[in-house]
Amino acid sequence: MSTPVLDVRGLAYAYPDGHQALFGIDLHVHRGERVALLGPNGAGKTTLVLHLNGILTAGAGSVAVSGLPVEKGSLKEVRRRVGVVFQDPDDQLFMPTVRQDVAFGPANLGVRGAELDQRVHDALARVGMADYADRPPHHLSFGQRRRVAVATVLAMQPEILVLDEPSSNLDPASRRELADILRSLDVTVLMVTHDLPYALELCPRSVVLSGGTVVADGPTLEVLTDEPLMRTHRLELPFGFDPRTVRPR
Amino acid sequence: MGAGHGHRLHFHGHSAVHRAPAHLKIPALLAFVLVVVATPREWFAVYAVHLAVLLGVIAVSRVPLRYLAPRMVVEVPFVVFALLMPFVATGPRTEVLGLTVSEPGLLAGWALLAKGTLGVLASLTLAATTEPADVLRGLRRLRLPSLLVEIMGFMVRYLDVVTADLTRMLTAMRSRGVDPRSPRHWPVLARSLGSLFIRSYERGERVHLAMVSRGYTGELPDLADLGRGVPAHHHHAQAAS
Repeated sequence: MSTPVLDVRGLAYAYPDGHQALFGIDLHVHRGERVALLGPNGAGKTTLVLHLNGILTAGAGSVAVSGLPVEKGSLKEVRRRVGVVFQDPDDQLFMPTVRQDVAFGPANLGVRGAELDQRVHDALARVGMADYADRPPHHLSFGQRRRVAVATVLAMQPEILVLDEPSSNLDPASRRELADILRSLDVTVLMVTHDLPYALELCPRSVVLSGGTVVADGPTLEVLTDEPLMRTHRLELPFGFDPRTVRPR
Repeated sequence: MGAGHGHRLHFHGHSAVHRAPAHLKIPALLAFVLVVVATPREWFAVYAVHLAVLLGVIAVSRVPLRYLAPRMVVEVPFVVFALLMPFVATGPRTEVLGLTVSEPGLLAGWALLAKGTLGVLASLTLAATTEPADVLRGLRRLRLPSLLVEIMGFMVRYLDVVTADLTRMLTAMRSRGVDPRSPRHWPVLARSLGSLFIRSYERGERVHLAMVSRGYTGELPDLADLGRGVPAHHHHAQAAS
């Protein structure tokens, strides 16, 4: 089998205050997969995400991105390969205009001139925001800001897109528009979410993280219909939602 | 949020003052303020000239005084101080409207009031006629160290976000029967300003995380030429034809 895009082995981590968040995580994500990372609050999902691009350093175990181990010397390349879209677009969009914000990542990688302009335009076009390049981010709607946040990462041409709660605070139409965009992108996706129908809609595979360990890893439909598993790990489907009756796309 | 065009200090217009490049307006403001500050406090007539010049510029800019006046509240603490000065200062006393006040205090109060008002009004005029992004571009052209310009850029970017945070906190306070304007509730207000500070600090950390995640290593890339190469319009033209 080919080298996985994401290869996490025996990852354990304790915060400096002694609180241990991860206890030996194993996770492999292969090229082209869309994987949902599910789990209750405090399960360690965000901690895991911060290990994927080297913001946090593993206490034990290892993380590798397309064969490149995440360590001090490789951080620049790792951060190009792993594009993290954070939950609050106001945290992600900090430059005066959308164009400058999308250019920020590739410019840090040394891309300049016409190529940079092209990358910015392509990334914005992929999320349907090319017409907003010269607007300040705070003049956009929340859904538009979330899409621009995705573009800021796409402009770095990552090998895997890591999304933290992509559907949170979106109205249903924006949520659906973002789903269409994510489906249209030809990238590997790891999506942290509490929105189980969204996971079912977008991700064929789901991984459940609970108490700092992986407690389930399989087809999303199977995970969501495993009632004892769901109950044990405080996962609940919205009222009236039955994954078995949803027609697959 | 996101509804209005430009910033809350900015008054949309197309006058000569609006169109003048920021890198000329900023030094002009600076020069004006320096001249005002350097004017001896007894030269009352010269202050009238300063005011006339400033009002002339405002008239040309077509920014209504009614728009500028409410925004001058930032000056209030100084006004209070200026009004107190004649009463608390020492030195020979004199009679004004039946009150015995200190003569040097009166003069100092007048100077503070006049210089402060002229300075604030002039700054507001710049803010009303120049978009924040243009002010930043102007400062960059004036060779202000890029680090300072960047810090100001972040401030402009996050001012609305933090103000929105504050507005939500005030709404939540009012919903629970606290009137932020009443001095009786100022302790509550002070505590919530404290938590606003913590929230903003935490946001700063998250923004930094997001920057580091996109390859930030301590220096913002120079994006001055951005969008000159193959801008979106190029593709537009193709799509439209």
